[in-house]
Amino acid sequence: MTHGPGMNGLILDEPLLWEKGKKGRCGFSMVEQDVPEANLDNLENLLGDGPDFPDLSEIDVVRHYTRLSTWNFGVDTGMYPLGSCTMKYNPKINEKMAAMPGITTSHPLLEDKLSQGTLQIMFELQKFLAHITGMDAVSLQPAAGAQGELTGMQIFAAWFRKKGEKRNKILIPDTAHGTNPASAALCGFKPVAIKSGADGTLDVKVVTELMDEETVGIMLTNPNTLGLFEESIRDVTTIVHEKGGLVYCDGANMNAVMGVVDFKRCGIDVMHLNLHKTFSTPHGGGGPGAGPVCVVDQLKNFLPVPRVKHEKGRYYLEYDHPDSIGRLHAFFGNFGVLVRAYSYILSMGAGNLKKASQLAVLNANYVREAFRDVLHLAYDKPCMHECVFSDKMQHKYKVTTLDMAKRLIDHGYHPPTIYFPLVVPGAIMIEPTETENRDDLDQFVAVFKDVVREAKENSERLREAPTRTKLRRLDETRAARKPCLIG
Amino acid sequence: MRYLPHTTEEIGEMLAATGHERLEDLFSHIPQACRYQGEIDIPKPLSEWALNDHFIAIEKNIQTASAKAILVGGGSYSHHIPQIVTSLMSRSEFLTAYTPYQPEMAQGTLQGIFEYQTLTARLLGMEVANASMYDGASALAEALLMSLRIQKKKTSVAVSSAIHPHYREVVRSYLLAGSFNIVELETGPDGRTDLSKLQDIEDLAGVALQSPNFFGVIEDLETAGTAIHSVDALFISCFTEPFAYGLFRSPGQCGADIVCGEGQSFGMSQSFGGPGLGMFCCRSKYQRNIPGRVVGETVDIEGKRGYVLTLSTREQHIRREKATSNICSNQGICSLTAAAYMASLGGTGLRRVARLNYDKASYLKNALVECGARPLFNSPTFNEFVLNFADDFEPVRNRLIDKGIVAGINLGRFYHEYEGAYLFCVTETTSKAILDAVISEVRS
Repeated sequence: MTHGPGMNGLILDEPLLWEKGKKGRCGFSMVEQDVPEANLDNLENLLGDGPDFPDLSEIDVVRHYTRLSTWNFGVDTGMYPLGSCTMKYNPKINEKMAAMPGITTSHPLLEDKLSQGTLQIMFELQKFLAHITGMDAVSLQPAAGAQGELTGMQIFAAWFRKKGEKRNKILIPDTAHGTNPASAALCGFKPVAIKSGADGTLDVKVVTELMDEETVGIMLTNPNTLGLFEESIRDVTTIVHEKGGLVYCDGANMNAVMGVVDFKRCGIDVMHLNLHKTFSTPHGGGGPGAGPVCVVDQLKNFLPVPRVKHEKGRYYLEYDHPDSIGRLHAFFGNFGVLVRAYSYILSMGAGNLKKASQLAVLNANYVREAFRDVLHLAYDKPCMHECVFSDKMQHKYKVTTLDMAKRLIDHGYHPPTIYFPLVVPGAIMIEPTETENRDDLDQFVAVFKDVVREAKENSERLREAPTRTKLRRLDETRAARKPCLIG
Repeated sequence: MRYLPHTTEEIGEMLAATGHERLEDLFSHIPQACRYQGEIDIPKPLSEWALNDHFIAIEKNIQTASAKAILVGGGSYSHHIPQIVTSLMSRSEFLTAYTPYQPEMAQGTLQGIFEYQTLTARLLGMEVANASMYDGASALAEALLMSLRIQKKKTSVAVSSAIHPHYREVVRSYLLAGSFNIVELETGPDGRTDLSKLQDIEDLAGVALQSPNFFGVIEDLETAGTAIHSVDALFISCFTEPFAYGLFRSPGQCGADIVCGEGQSFGMSQSFGGPGLGMFCCRSKYQRNIPGRVVGETVDIEGKRGYVLTLSTREQHIRREKATSNICSNQGICSLTAAAYMASLGGTGLRRVARLNYDKASYLKNALVECGARPLFNSPTFNEFVLNFADDFEPVRNRLIDKGIVAGINLGRFYHEYEGAYLFCVTETTSKAILDAVISEVRS
């Protein structure tokens, strides 16, 4: 039996915050009262009692969160081959740059002349992202991938409004992220699902049949969520353009193709990037991310305002764009995330970005070959940065994808993405990323193969997993049926 | 490159295992017409040292980097951040984890968010909170969309003109695509939202106010709530400065149905406006209509208490285009940061700091009024206020900038009618010495 790194441990308990503390404790360094107390008399019935928060000392708070953190698993803890999420290493130096005092104290409402450095970072990052994708203009405002999608769909809507065309359908492949149809629906578009072809990619014939003059265009993901490159992308975009439509590309999987694919040459009109994936900013247990949107020239006037410009040695914000879809964020988006991505790109340079994509694809293909005999491969063709298997070969032992995933946890691995994409029943989607070395991949493969062997020889063990975590499997049905959302 | 661990030998052996000769061969199925031409046009890679120098040069170009104080709020506030909050939230177990899809490996994040939801609901006087939205502005847009979902047959919403101008712009962007009608409510002579015309607006699903509003004025939320409910609309109360509720009654106590706003004040640095935190609460009867992620309590198979993401049938991976929102993440580490911040303060500390904000802002406001400035509105304020000056304030402001103090912003860029009125903000981080320097500059 190959042991993963998770086979030893000591786990401390910790109650909820309000189950600790004593009235009168404080973990805050209080400033002195150097001005007289102001009169409260004119506040009549506006005054309240303040919230019922527990009072805790500094060490109470420190132990609380330190213990909580030990129940978590991050990229720094171990391998996190979560498909579609690009859980690569998040360099520490980027944290230092984002924490520079000049950056953290900069206020978003001051005049441009007081904010030249921060505007410079935004301007240069816009330029870098345009060059990396091949697109013409960039807005950094969207706070996440899904907000980038929403921005893109609003640009579609604004474009057709401007042209005076009424179109309300949009084509979305059945392999798409669930946010794609949700973002399109927010803009009043009716999603029309495109069934992917037998090889897991778009069938040009189906697109030709569905694309018409009531359809705004297509929203696709490339490489798609099966980890496959849409080889007919040029034909698809030509068909859509011929019918007057636009093409949106969800760029969630950009990590596979930096320096390899030019999205403008593919015929893409609008795409978003996930800086927290490809450009290595930490996921923070769910956020914050950043979802910049890149467009071709003819759509640049529709981008959100303000836009960041540079002229005669001066950076400035530009608001005067009557065609703009407006504002998506109170200020400029998740600036702190932008700083980290900027720092990452500067550390890597062109050659290393391309190398990162090559190694991400190499790692995924290596893992794909290693599992070929023990897991069912959903689509047997060259993969990009991730590969999708299923639990088909384990059905006879009554073991599911979920069981194998939970058993991997016992060995100290974060499981792959499971049950997505929906077109592969029991999907197991593995994205190793380029920052895993070969030894670690080999150990992961050996452990996973042991789990697969256990499925045959001791399947109960899998159904009981995980057994080595602080908690065993949780009752999600109960949580949803009788929601308890606050304590 | 130190982030890429493969040795040349390993690459060779791995390529052999996958049946390729060169790395380029892995991409041989990508059509030539799609290929990137040449090398990406970005600068040569920088070492850690060179990168550090590059950022130091940029920091020198941030003119406020050496400022002694910035007395400006408007949705981004300078509050003291305890070192423990920064240190704890830098722990990579929190920082480098993903959304807690595997709850057995993410109980730290999950319990942390459950605690965040609880403290947020207590602060705002509400029954349910979600795991957070992108920022205060998109939270408000989502709150209005939620009111339209709940009141299905209605198509209009009303928003106060005293709500942060940028928030109203975001609301327009979000609601533009649906065929919804947005009515702006005027600000009365007291600086509070004029609700007298509500009866004339048909089909109102929701009405949104901000308190303290963009002018710093505390709205009379209780009276507003009665007026809003009398036209059968949902009462949405938003905020940019949550510290206010350490001193003032919470929106929940005043009858709000949905409360949302910006939580940056609770432990996040200003960082040019992001990342912040969209706080979002509602009454429990509306919980299945709430947008975004939600964490709930449950038990494991041994009966031990634990936490999971829940109510996922509202979300896109199940509902796709029928989901309550397209948001599929939250502000993760920012919500944990806010919880750690609220925990460090405690109830006693929050009240104390809120009081200090009020005292210090009052000190500056009263002193400037004594120097001849006039408040634009006479209603009570918290840590922000608007003043008109007898003479142009801009030269004074410029002299103060030369001395390292940025005092106020001209409201003219947001409201033409208030050109020359300045919005100021004073928090606990500003010393009396700074305030006195501002006062003496105005006096001279």
